[in-house]
Amino acid sequence: MSILVNSETKVLVQGITGKAGGFHARHCLDYGTQIIAGVTPGRGGETFENKVPVYDTVREAVEKHGANASVIFVPAPFAADSILECVDAGLELVICITEGIPVHDMMIVKSIIQQAGGRTRLIGPNCPGIITPGRGKDSSGGCKIGIMPGYIHKAGRVGVVSRSGTLTYEAVWQLTTLGIGQSTCIGIGGDPIHGLSHKDCIALFNEDPDTDAILMIGEIGGTAEEEAAEYVKANVKKPVAAFIAGRTAPPGRRMGHAGAIISGGKGTAAEKVKAMQSAGIAIAETPAVMGETVRELLG
Amino acid sequence: MCSVSGMNIHEYQARDLLAEHGVPVPRGSVASTPEDAERIASELGAPELVIKAQIHAGGRGKGMFKHGFAGGVHVHQTPKQTRELAAKMLGQTLVTHQTGESGRLVSRVLITEAKAIAKELYLAVTLDRATARPVVIASTEGGMNIEEVAEKFPAKIVRLPVDPLVGLQPYQARNLARALRIPSKMLGEASGLIIGVYRTFIQCSCTLVEINPMAITTDGRVMALDAKINFDDNALFRHEKIVAMRDLAEEDPAEVEASKYNLNYIKLNGNIACMVNGAGLAMATMDIIKFYGGEPANFLDVGGSATQENVTAAFKIILSDKKVKGILVNIFGGIMKCDIIANGILAAVRQIQLSVPLVVRLEGTNSKEGRKIIQESGLNVISADGLADAAQKIVKAVQS
Repeated sequence: MSILVNSETKVLVQGITGKAGGFHARHCLDYGTQIIAGVTPGRGGETFENKVPVYDTVREAVEKHGANASVIFVPAPFAADSILECVDAGLELVICITEGIPVHDMMIVKSIIQQAGGRTRLIGPNCPGIITPGRGKDSSGGCKIGIMPGYIHKAGRVGVVSRSGTLTYEAVWQLTTLGIGQSTCIGIGGDPIHGLSHKDCIALFNEDPDTDAILMIGEIGGTAEEEAAEYVKANVKKPVAAFIAGRTAPPGRRMGHAGAIISGGKGTAAEKVKAMQSAGIAIAETPAVMGETVRELLG
Repeated sequence: MCSVSGMNIHEYQARDLLAEHGVPVPRGSVASTPEDAERIASELGAPELVIKAQIHAGGRGKGMFKHGFAGGVHVHQTPKQTRELAAKMLGQTLVTHQTGESGRLVSRVLITEAKAIAKELYLAVTLDRATARPVVIASTEGGMNIEEVAEKFPAKIVRLPVDPLVGLQPYQARNLARALRIPSKMLGEASGLIIGVYRTFIQCSCTLVEINPMAITTDGRVMALDAKINFDDNALFRHEKIVAMRDLAEEDPAEVEASKYNLNYIKLNGNIACMVNGAGLAMATMDIIKFYGGEPANFLDVGGSATQENVTAAFKIILSDKKVKGILVNIFGGIMKCDIIANGILAAVRQIQLSVPLVVRLEGTNSKEGRKIIQESGLNVISADGLADAAQKIVKAVQS
C-alpha cells in the first residue's frame, strides 16, 4: 500500500543528538515510525529518550538492529560524508534532510552511489522527507521519515512527489481536506543535484498496485519535469496531475532553492507545462487547485 | 548553460584566480585612480593597451556612462591615454543592457596589454544537472553569446562530461583542443589552459567558469581574455579568500540586508509584496497573485522559523521598496504553529506601524487559533481562507 517505506521500515537517525535531529526523531517516534537507533560519532553508548540506543557509526547500528533506512540531520559541511557512510554500510534508503550541502560534494556522492551499483536509494538532500500515512489518529501508525507534520496526511491511494516542502504540505492538505488519502508522499528536494528524481518516483508509483493516481509538484530549473513527462507519456496509464511553481520567476535568479533557476532561457515553467500537457498530464493552473485537479482525475 | 548561480566576482579577480590555477592571461593589473592606471600602463610597456571598467555586468563594451562617455572597454596606445580614459570612467556610472537603467558605479579599471587576436574561441566548465557531473563546453565560435551559438550552430559546440572521481585528464584536454582546431604547436598551452580552467572550477567550488573569448593570438599564444566565474554559495564556508572578494556595492542593498536575517529575498517589479515560508510555496504565491491580475513585488522565503524578529526584519525589507502597495503573508504552519506566527506578525505590524493593506493567510497547525488572533487584534489586517481567497483579497486591496 505504499512505495519505499511502510510500518515495517527500520530507521536510524544520523545526528539524533543534535537539536533538529532530536526534535524530529521525537515527532517520528510519536507518529509510530520504528526509530531503532541513532548515530552520532563520539556519543556511542548513550540512549536517546530512554529508548533509542546511540552508536558511533552507521555500520554498528545496521549490524545490531538491522536498520534498512537512515535519515540524516547532520550539518551541511559533514552531510555528504554521512550519506557515503550509509552507502558503504549497504543501506537501501537514505533520506537527507540537511539543507545547504555544497553541490560539488553531491557530485561525488552521486558518482559513488552509481559506482556502488545503485543499491542505495537517496532521497534529498534539502527535502522534507518521505511519509506513508497510517490509519491511526492524525494518520499515525504509518511511517514518517522527515520533518513534515503527520496529521495533514491521510492514508489512501494517491502518490505525491515534489521538489518543495511547504508547497507539498499545501497540496497534501488540500487532498486530505477533500477526503483523498495518499499512498506515499515524497519530497525529493530543491537542490540541483539530488537522489531520486520525479521520474524515479513516478516509476515506483506506477508499479505500486495500491497507488491509483499521481500528483507531481515541480518548479522552475533543470529538466527533471520534462524527463518525467516523457516517462509518463511512454509508460504510465494511471492518471497524473501536476503543478509547476515559478511561472512569475525572473530568469537568472535563484528562487530560494539552489536548483530553482532559469538559466540560458532553459528551465522555465512554460516549457515544463507544455511538456506535461503533451504527455496528457492534468495541470493545476494555480496552487489553490492542486487537490481539486486530482479529484477531477479520479472522477 | 550554467545551471545554478551564486556569488559573483569582478573580472580582475576572476583573472587572478585563473592565473593562480595555471591559466594564461594577458599581463595587467587593476587600478582605482587615474595615476595608478597610468603607472600600470607604463610598467606594462606594451605597444597597445586595453582598459576595462570593472562591474558585475556584461555588455560593458557597448555600454554608456551616464555623463555621456561611450563604452566601458577601450583599446589605446599610450599610458597618458590610459590615465585620461581612467579619469573618464572612475567614479562614473556605467549603464549596459544587463545593469538596468540605474547602471553601476565604476570604482576600478583593469589595464592589460592588448593582444592581436587571430581567432576567438569559447570555453566553459559548468555543472550538468542531468548527469550530476562537471561538463566542459567548448566552441570555435568565441566572443559570442554561447546560448545563441547553441541555438544557431549546435554542431559547433563540443560537450565533454567529466567523471568527478577521476577529474579531467590531459589527453581529454588535448582531444578537446584538437576539436577546436588549435594548431599542434600551441597544443601544450591550450591543453594547459583547459586543465587550469577545470582545476579552478573544482578547487574554488564553482558552478561556472566561463572563458569568452579564449583567444589564439597572432603571436602564437592561447589565452583567456575575459572570464566569468560563479561560486556555489553553499561551499563558501570553505573559501575565506573568495568570500573576501565579495563586492556588496554590486548587490541590491535590500537583498544584502535580507541575507543577514537568513531571509531569501529577491526584488521584482510589481506592487504586491509577499512573505511566505518555504521557497516552493513562495514561488507558488507569486504565481497566484499574477493569476488574479496582480504583480508580485518580490520573492521572500522567511524559512522554517519565522520568529517575530525575522518577520519584523522581513516587513522592513519589503517596505524599503517604495512601489509596494500591499502585502500578502502566506504561511503553512507545520512544526511551526500558526498562533505563534500570528502573534509574531501582529507584534511586527505594531512595531513598524504598517500603513499598506496586509492580507494574512494561515494554514496548518493551530490555524484556527491563528486566524482568531488576527481577526480579534483590532488592527487593520485582513484574514484570508485559502490561497485563492488570499490572492484575490490582496489584488483587490491594492486596486482600491
